[in-house]
Amino acid sequence: MNWLEALVHLAVVLLVPPLLLGVIQRTKARVAGRRGAPLLQPYYDLVKLLRKDVVLSRTTTWVFVAGPAVAVATAVLASLLVPFGERVAPLSFAGDIVLFAYLFGLGRFFTIAAALDTGSSFEGMGGAREATFSALAEPALFLALLVLVSLRGSLSLSGLVGEDTHILWVTAVAPVALACLSLFVVLLAENSRIPFDDPATHLELTMIHEVMVLDHSGPLLGAALWGAAQKLFVQSALLVRILVPLPDGPAPLRWVCFLAAVLALGVVIGIVESTMARLRLRQVPMLLVAASLLSAFGIVLLVR
Amino acid sequence: MSAALALVAVVLAAVSGLPGLVLPRDHVAADRSAALLLALAALCAVAATVSLVPSVPEQTLALPWLVLGERVEVGLDGLSAFFLLPTLGISSVASLYAVAYWPAHAHPRSARRLRLAFGLIAGGAGLVVISRHALAFLAGWEVMALAAFFSITAEDEREGVRRAGFIYLACTRASTLALIGAFALLHAASNGFALKALPGLDPFACRALFGLALVGFVLKAGAMPLHLWLPGAHAMAPTHVSAVLSGMLLKIGIYGIVRFASLLPPLAVSDGVFVLVLGMASAVLGVAFALGQHELKRLLAYHSIENIGIILMGVGVALLGRSLGHPEVELLGLAGALLHVWNHALFKALLFLGAGSVVRQSGSGELDRLGGLARRLPRTALCFGIGAVAICGLPPLNGFVSELLVYLGLLRAALLSGGALGLLAVSGVAALALVGGLAAACFVKAFGVVFLGEPRTAAAAAAHEAPQGMLVAMAALALACVAIGVAPQLAVPCLEAAARSFDPALGARLGDLAPFGSISLAALALLASLAGMAAWVLRRRLRPTLRVATWDCGYAAPSPRMQYTSSSFAAGLVGLFHWALWPQLDAPRLGRRPFPGTARLHTELPDPVLDRLTLPAARWLAHASTWFRWVQRGRVHSYVLYILVAIVLGFLAARGDLG
Repeated sequence: MNWLEALVHLAVVLLVPPLLLGVIQRTKARVAGRRGAPLLQPYYDLVKLLRKDVVLSRTTTWVFVAGPAVAVATAVLASLLVPFGERVAPLSFAGDIVLFAYLFGLGRFFTIAAALDTGSSFEGMGGAREATFSALAEPALFLALLVLVSLRGSLSLSGLVGEDTHILWVTAVAPVALACLSLFVVLLAENSRIPFDDPATHLELTMIHEVMVLDHSGPLLGAALWGAAQKLFVQSALLVRILVPLPDGPAPLRWVCFLAAVLALGVVIGIVESTMARLRLRQVPMLLVAASLLSAFGIVLLVR
Repeated sequence: MSAALALVAVVLAAVSGLPGLVLPRDHVAADRSAALLLALAALCAVAATVSLVPSVPEQTLALPWLVLGERVEVGLDGLSAFFLLPTLGISSVASLYAVAYWPAHAHPRSARRLRLAFGLIAGGAGLVVISRHALAFLAGWEVMALAAFFSITAEDEREGVRRAGFIYLACTRASTLALIGAFALLHAASNGFALKALPGLDPFACRALFGLALVGFVLKAGAMPLHLWLPGAHAMAPTHVSAVLSGMLLKIGIYGIVRFASLLPPLAVSDGVFVLVLGMASAVLGVAFALGQHELKRLLAYHSIENIGIILMGVGVALLGRSLGHPEVELLGLAGALLHVWNHALFKALLFLGAGSVVRQSGSGELDRLGGLARRLPRTALCFGIGAVAICGLPPLNGFVSELLVYLGLLRAALLSGGALGLLAVSGVAALALVGGLAAACFVKAFGVVFLGEPRTAAAAAAHEAPQGMLVAMAALALACVAIGVAPQLAVPCLEAAARSFDPALGARLGDLAPFGSISLAALALLASLAGMAAWVLRRRLRPTLRVATWDCGYAAPSPRMQYTSSSFAAGLVGLFHWALWPQLDAPRLGRRPFPGTARLHTELPDPVLDRLTLPAARWLAHASTWFRWVQRGRVHSYVLYILVAIVLGFLAARGDLG
């Protein structure tokens, strides 16, 4: 493992995710015909929140504080399993795909618990939705990764997407495309984007993530938003590494290409959000099951 | 040496209730002596394991005096030791808990009987695990099963308890019947009752033997279609008994399956497929039913069905790997199943003990009558929270390690075998992923509704922390969960020894196949970063400038009753699974008047196998066989006559005189 690249990796996952949010927001504004907030607006928001005081509910306990903290810790740790610009991720072992999925599960557990800690029905509602939809997203994620596993014969993310991803597209276009589509649906669902949830609204009954952090304030809200941005970034990075084979050049070139590709995916997410409406809640499970089925088709195509 | 130590441990456990019979009825020393004897038994089991693992293959000890004319042996190998440890360990922790939870002076009527039966469960289960002879095995099995019946029915003045006990008794009789059939086949095949490997068994006898044993053992383990006794018994028994039922009694069924599979020659591929599919069905349906439960202990009981499913999935993978000749798949599946046996024993016992503390301190186990207990029972809440994270299979705790091993076994099976078996392994991975997501939803619900938010009733608001003894027991289990999660290498020698006694051909080293070092590293990194953040929060003294009421979107008078309930939390997922669960909803029609009257909403999730199938069938059978009642007239001498006639007929049949 290259220590320098590991440090760069850590710096990227700590610093770049808000920029991805900025890109998505700018894209949405441009498509809507507005000029939009500065690209760095999420950073200004975070700094502002970190300098504020905390207001806590009388009902809450340590779980309320643990929610955002665990969300950040798990997202950063999960990022160490995904190769960003490097060929092998800082932490890589056979079976790390399970750890990748379950780390986000841990973050989600504490986010929902923190929401329930407030005793408010709004936040209970958001937590229930998050639990329901993520339980359905989990098989879709695993099936999509299984397409890659059966093509590559490796059980670690670095083995799956670390090198020579163009070979995936050469050998099996259809299954890989289906898996990518499925991963994209999971990405939108897990990160509460349109068509699953609207991150721009704050007090409506059709919300998932924003309503769970409704009672967090100041640095706690900042940590929750930061963790959510990291999660979006890490899961986007995984999809980008499948979609975009990085050039075989020197390390800086690979990192620049990687970051450009992730931000380009942000533009795609922004366009999806601008052109689609939020689904009715009853239809969300159907879309998630459909995502599982897409990957299942991909696996069936690969059966020897 | 180690076999003798194991025997001593089993005897100590079995007699742990005896001192209480001679001590005064309400003396605290009775409970303490039982806990002490069980702790000694657990220590002996640890010593036996340490002297056996990892070098000695097996130690046996002949007990010629036990049954006349039969050479009865007890023995300790890796597999026996692996199951003996949780058997006596969980019993000893639960008895420590019972000293405070079920003191003799508070339960003068049942304390002696329960203490005696509680020790006999552990002793019987221990005898099952170490016996190398079918009759000793059956004797231990019966002692364990009947002692469990008397423990479940400790509060037999309650109608629900009697009902649950009766259903358990019926199931355990059926299970023993199947096992007697299996042992009769074993005797026919090997011309003896010794539990020894049967290399040259013909495939048909092999399949019949495994099938009968599977029915008997799965009935005890409580996998999905044969789980009928499990939820009621776990919910109605005193909590330390529930912990032992779930933590170890179910596992004795798993031990039976693994032991029988190790004695038989490699089974047909279809047998492994069957066990794997059974495990998948049990895991998915168990957690789906758990989601709809309203009572904490019943919810935990359905999660036992789920976890037994995960264990059976691992066993199925191991059997498949053995039949197909893939030792690494076999080793990973078996190691995953066995480690999950330990892990489930630890975190499920922990959760039951936590639930007992909640019920004892707040007077109710109904989820929607609790709430806000994390402020009132902070230590119980912490322990229960650790158990909840562990049972969801989340890192950095122990459940993650064993589920990862099962995943690895399934993934390698998917890579190594194409076609139908590959697709089966793929669906196994998807099922396990779904189970993980559903379990997380269910436990965040249980933890949130019970411990977080505001108390929904006055009784919950008045609750306070459980006594010291109960907390110590829970803390010990929680520490063990963290220890296995952070340092799974500690369990590897025991796992490898058990795998070698399952199949001596297992040469592959577990340490090379499973990424234990990386798991430790990730777990430590996670704990360190969380500790760092906690230190930052504490040092900065994240003192809120304001403590206010939860933001209620402008509504002026929120009440605790308005919080999201457990039924509403689970409603979405229960609705998605309605095709399997058939939930019952009694919703009032509110009418069109502007001020509707009071209304009640009632939701319920009846168990389909028990409430919709078995009980109606049993009622029909009872009704149809009324004419047969004339044989049962309550006269003892006619019953003695029946026994005599049965024995004579059996004797004649055995001599061949009846043709």
